[in-house]
Amino acid sequence: MKIFIAAALVASGTVAFAQSSSEAIAQYRAMLADGNPAELWETKGEALWKEPRGPKKASLQRCDLGQGAGVVKSAFTQMPRFFTDTDRVQDLESRLLTCMQELQGFDAAEIAKTPFGKGEQVTLESLVAWIASESRGLQFSLPQAHPKEKDMYEAGKRVFFFRSGPYDFSCASCHGQEGKRIRMQELPNLTTQKGATAAFGAWPAYRVSNGELWTLQRRMADCFRQQRFPYPGFTSDATVALGTYLGVTARGGASIAPSLAR
Amino acid sequence: MTTHLHPRSMTWLAVCAIAAVAGCATPAAAPAPDYDAMAQTMLRNSFRPQGQATLERLEQDPLQRACSAETPPAADVIRRLEARELASVKPPSDGRYLGDWREGEKLAQNGRGMTWSDPAGVANGGNCYNCHELSKAEIAYGTLGPSLHQYGKLRGVADPSSAVAAPIVQYTWGKLYNAKAYNACSVMPRFGEAHVLTVKQMQDLMALLLDPASPVNK
Repeated sequence: MKIFIAAALVASGTVAFAQSSSEAIAQYRAMLADGNPAELWETKGEALWKEPRGPKKASLQRCDLGQGAGVVKSAFTQMPRFFTDTDRVQDLESRLLTCMQELQGFDAAEIAKTPFGKGEQVTLESLVAWIASESRGLQFSLPQAHPKEKDMYEAGKRVFFFRSGPYDFSCASCHGQEGKRIRMQELPNLTTQKGATAAFGAWPAYRVSNGELWTLQRRMADCFRQQRFPYPGFTSDATVALGTYLGVTARGGASIAPSLAR
Repeated sequence: MTTHLHPRSMTWLAVCAIAAVAGCATPAAAPAPDYDAMAQTMLRNSFRPQGQATLERLEQDPLQRACSAETPPAADVIRRLEARELASVKPPSDGRYLGDWREGEKLAQNGRGMTWSDPAGVANGGNCYNCHELSKAEIAYGTLGPSLHQYGKLRGVADPSSAVAAPIVQYTWGKLYNAKAYNACSVMPRFGEAHVLTVKQMQDLMALLLDPASPVNK
C-alpha cells in the first residue's frame, strides 16, 4: 500500500503545477478512494472504542457523544454541542477526553497537555477518525438551541476575525476571501457554507505531506502557529468556539471526513 | 485587552435579586449577552506561551481592534487610523532606499520567522511570494495581495535615485514599513513598524521592486 501511495504522490506531484492544487488533491482522492490511509486509523479507532482500557479497564461503549450512550452514527456531524453533564459545549476531542476520564479513569488534563502524536493523543486520533467515518456523507447539522451553543457560535465568530500578533493576522486574513491562495495552496473561504464544509468538513484528514492523521484540533493549532499566535490549549474554549462557528457555517454541507489533505 | 468579564450568570443573579426585592417572582428577560467580552475572556484563557510566541501577542493595539470586525470600520475611523500609522513611518536611517535585489529575492522567497517553532533571534523572511507574484520565474506565488510583477517598470521608474522617482520610492518604502498607513485594515503586515524586518532587509526588498535590473522589472 505504501508503495502505491508513494507512486500516486509522485504522479500527482508532477501535475500539481500544471493544474490547480485543488484539482490535484481531488485527483489524489479519486486515486485513493478505495484506500485512503486514514482507514488504518479508522480500523484502529473502532477497536480502541470497544477495548477495555485505562485504570478502570473499561471500554468507551457507554460514551455519550450527544446521540445517547454508545451511539456513534451521526455524532460527528452534530458537534460541537452542549452536554448537560459537563455543562459546556464540547467538540469531539473534548467529549472523548470526558469519556476517557469518566469511564476509563484517564486524566483528561494530562492527555490535553500531551503533544500531538504522542501517548494517548494517538488514541484520540484513531477514535476521531473512526467516529468521523461513521458520519461520512451526512450533512452537518450542529444544534444551536441551547444558549451556550449560541454563545460559542458568536464568540467563535469573533475569534475568527480577531487580529493580533506581530503580523496582524486573524483567521479571516487568509480564510475570509474567495479564490485566494498562499503560494500554490488554495484557501477555502471559511465564512461561506461551501468553504466551511470543505475545511471543517474535511478534518480529521490523512495528510499526504507528512503521513500523519490530523484532527481539526491539530489543524487549528498549526493555523495559529502560522498566525504567529501563542499556543492554543487542546480543546480550549477558543478552539471549540471556532469549531462551532465553522460547523454552524457548514450546516447542510456533507461530511467527507476523514479525507485526504495536503 | 482591557475588556472585563461580565458572566451572564452573575448579571442574571443581580436581576433576580432586584426582582425579588420588588416582589416579582420571575426575573425580567436576561440582558443580551456581551459576545465581545465573552470572546476576549476565551482568548485570554485558551492560549499559553510557546517558544517566542508570548501571550502579549494577544494584546491588540487600537488598529488591530478596529479591524477585527466582520465589516470594515467607518470612513472617518479609517482616516484617523491611517494618519496615525503614516506618522510612524521612518525613512531609512542611512538615507538609502535601495539595497541589493538579489538579497531581496531571497527574502521574498523566505516565509519563516516569528512562529513558536522558529528559533528566536534568527532573521525573519519577507513572506512576499506567499501573497504576491513578483519575478516571473517563480510560479508558486500566492494571490492574497496584488501582482507586483514589473512593479517599478509599470510606474515608470528608470532611475530609482532620480528626483522624478522620489515620490514612488518613498511611497513604496512607506508601504513596506507600514502597509496600514495607506489601507488601515490591509492584510499585509507592518514590516518596519512591527520590527519584523530590519532597515537593511527592507532596502533589499525595495531593490527587488524598483531596481530596473531586478527580475521583477523584466
